[in-house]
Amino acid sequence: MQKKVMLGNEAIARGAYEAGCIVAAAYPGTPSTEILETIAAEYPDIKAQWSPNEKVALEVVAGASVAGARAMAAMKHVGLNVAADPLFTFSYTGVNGGFVIINADDPGAWSSQNEQDNRHYARAAKLPMIEPTSPEEARKYTKLAFELSEQFDRPVIVRITTRIAHSQGIVTLEEPKKSELKPFVRNPQKYVMIPAHARPRHVFIEEQMLKLKEYSNTSELNTIEWNSKKRGIITNGVAYQYVKDVCPDASILKIGVAWPLPDAKIHEFCSNVEELYVVEELDPFIEDYVRALGYNPIGKEIIPICGELTPEIIDMAINKKRPKNEIPVYSGSIPGRPPALCKGCPHGFVFEVLKKLDVVVNGDIGCYTLAVLPPYSAMHTQGCMGASIGMHLGFEKARGDEMARNSVAVIGDSTFVHSGITPLIDLVYNKGTGTVIILDNRVTAMTGHQDHPATGRTLKGEETHELDLELLCKAVGVKRVRKIDPKNTEEFEKAVREEIAAKEPSVIISLRKCILTK
Amino acid sequence: MKNVIFAGVGGQGVILASKILMQVAMNAGYDVKESEVHGMAQRGGSVDCHVRFDKKVYSPLIEKGTADFVVALELLEAMRKLDYLSPQGMLIVNRFKVNPAPVEAGLAKYPDDIESWLCSNVPRCHVVDTTQALKEAGSNRALNIVMLGVLSNFLEFDQKAWEEAIRQSVKEKFVDMNLKAFNLGKSITVS
Repeated sequence: MQKKVMLGNEAIARGAYEAGCIVAAAYPGTPSTEILETIAAEYPDIKAQWSPNEKVALEVVAGASVAGARAMAAMKHVGLNVAADPLFTFSYTGVNGGFVIINADDPGAWSSQNEQDNRHYARAAKLPMIEPTSPEEARKYTKLAFELSEQFDRPVIVRITTRIAHSQGIVTLEEPKKSELKPFVRNPQKYVMIPAHARPRHVFIEEQMLKLKEYSNTSELNTIEWNSKKRGIITNGVAYQYVKDVCPDASILKIGVAWPLPDAKIHEFCSNVEELYVVEELDPFIEDYVRALGYNPIGKEIIPICGELTPEIIDMAINKKRPKNEIPVYSGSIPGRPPALCKGCPHGFVFEVLKKLDVVVNGDIGCYTLAVLPPYSAMHTQGCMGASIGMHLGFEKARGDEMARNSVAVIGDSTFVHSGITPLIDLVYNKGTGTVIILDNRVTAMTGHQDHPATGRTLKGEETHELDLELLCKAVGVKRVRKIDPKNTEEFEKAVREEIAAKEPSVIISLRKCILTK
Repeated sequence: MKNVIFAGVGGQGVILASKILMQVAMNAGYDVKESEVHGMAQRGGSVDCHVRFDKKVYSPLIEKGTADFVVALELLEAMRKLDYLSPQGMLIVNRFKVNPAPVEAGLAKYPDDIESWLCSNVPRCHVVDTTQALKEAGSNRALNIVMLGVLSNFLEFDQKAWEEAIRQSVKEKFVDMNLKAFNLGKSITVS
């Protein structure tokens, strides 16, 4: 069989291809972006697309599944927050064609605004979740997820973390399954969730979760690797690999089905080892469960909740040691190298002006969030995709319209399309008078230059209708809309002064291509 | 087990260098794993790649204190990775400075004694000068492959194996350029 070195994300794309996936949708987000990029580049038969946001991506995939196709959505952890609304109810409707959600958590917040642990979603939405520990398992488990989805009538979440998504390893390539549409049968009791339909579906879901518990107990994804019974470690995801390296003599219960957890295997393991540990990144998800089953493992008192784990953290925590060299500590100061806007970045011109005007800046998610750091230090709030505009309105509501005379919202083009349109409608609807600057660099830059509806090109590089941001802003009721190249700093400064002074909603489209665009 | 860390600044191409190393190791029959950094850190931040190969590899991350090689494309980046070196580990560092943003902004100073400090405190330290090689390669962008060439002198794979791995890892039109850069790096004398 052919073998290839692959990134975890490439292996997931391969797994979807081998499973006969027909439709795939996503919004770019580190560390999940390469999954759809790989599908578009390597497996042209799959209908792959960037959607405007994760909620829409999940709905497109749900539609494809109900219509009979195997379908997959991919997103970063905070993307699943955006898609949480459909997630919880598509749990009720279930699937027709296999319905898989790839969820990429980011312990360490390498490129994210938080370190949330999305295993909680599986429990809350009553969905099975499986977790690979390597790129090869990422391929296998993605493929398996489609089977499980159809077998148990559940969307299945495959949870990866940054160190699975962005680590490479040797992957075995298998022949793809022929992709076939299942018949679509009209079945409103299953696919239309009015209360009268939802109540019996809830009963059905609980039954399915019991069956999945049985699966979890017998599945080889949850494996006991017996070794010395003096020490037993329950672990999952990439932490499993670290444990294998630093505790080679311990017995291990490797958790591959994150939800529902395998009670029988946990009992078998815990009652046969002397010292019991749980080693998992982020929250004590397995640990709390094991405690509820009546055991008392050593876990978060020595394994950090915050940040990602590393082999040395586990080695120190469990073995109280780590290998060390004799190199002395440098006595001087080593300047850090925080990420920064590129030289010549169009956002730089904008933030020079905003810094000079000393206005309050409600920021958003993108490269431009780096303007919070020196040399600009010109961003004062930021939370999630699209929050800049809603928060900007909130500032005005709290402190009066004088606040709007001394503040702006800034949001990238892709972020605006993702989640900025509804808050702009709110700003107009609720009589705000603030100014929104759309930093239009014609691309989703930070995740590595993906297209979006306002670039006029699809994931597959096809020409499509180009969303006109100026017309859109006018259509929602903003009368003052200007488009300016921010490199003309004087003109740009003048525009910002005029627009924030105007006592009505305004939008400045700061139009200049990302400096890294080829 | 061989543990190799490539360290540099976002955009210097540490991912490609580690990809070629993985390919050469896999071709020789080893299991390989690697871990890399994408996303926000790539915007001029510090980046690294961990590459490991052996009969069987578990962790994609190298444990501190166990790296056989740290290959640093920049002096400050070498300083950040010293605690990864094993007691017998070798540091190969490019004599080159890239000012971090705080230095550019005048908020911090780039220490001027890094090279001499490394030479007197790291037992196996090789500072290499890639200026001439880069001039001959015709592009500063070849630095990653030049440094891979330097490293190749200390690994078990022969010239043919490296050439094959490079052919498998880069687009056809870039093969010759990368082979040239690799050979230029290989012929740099390390003191």
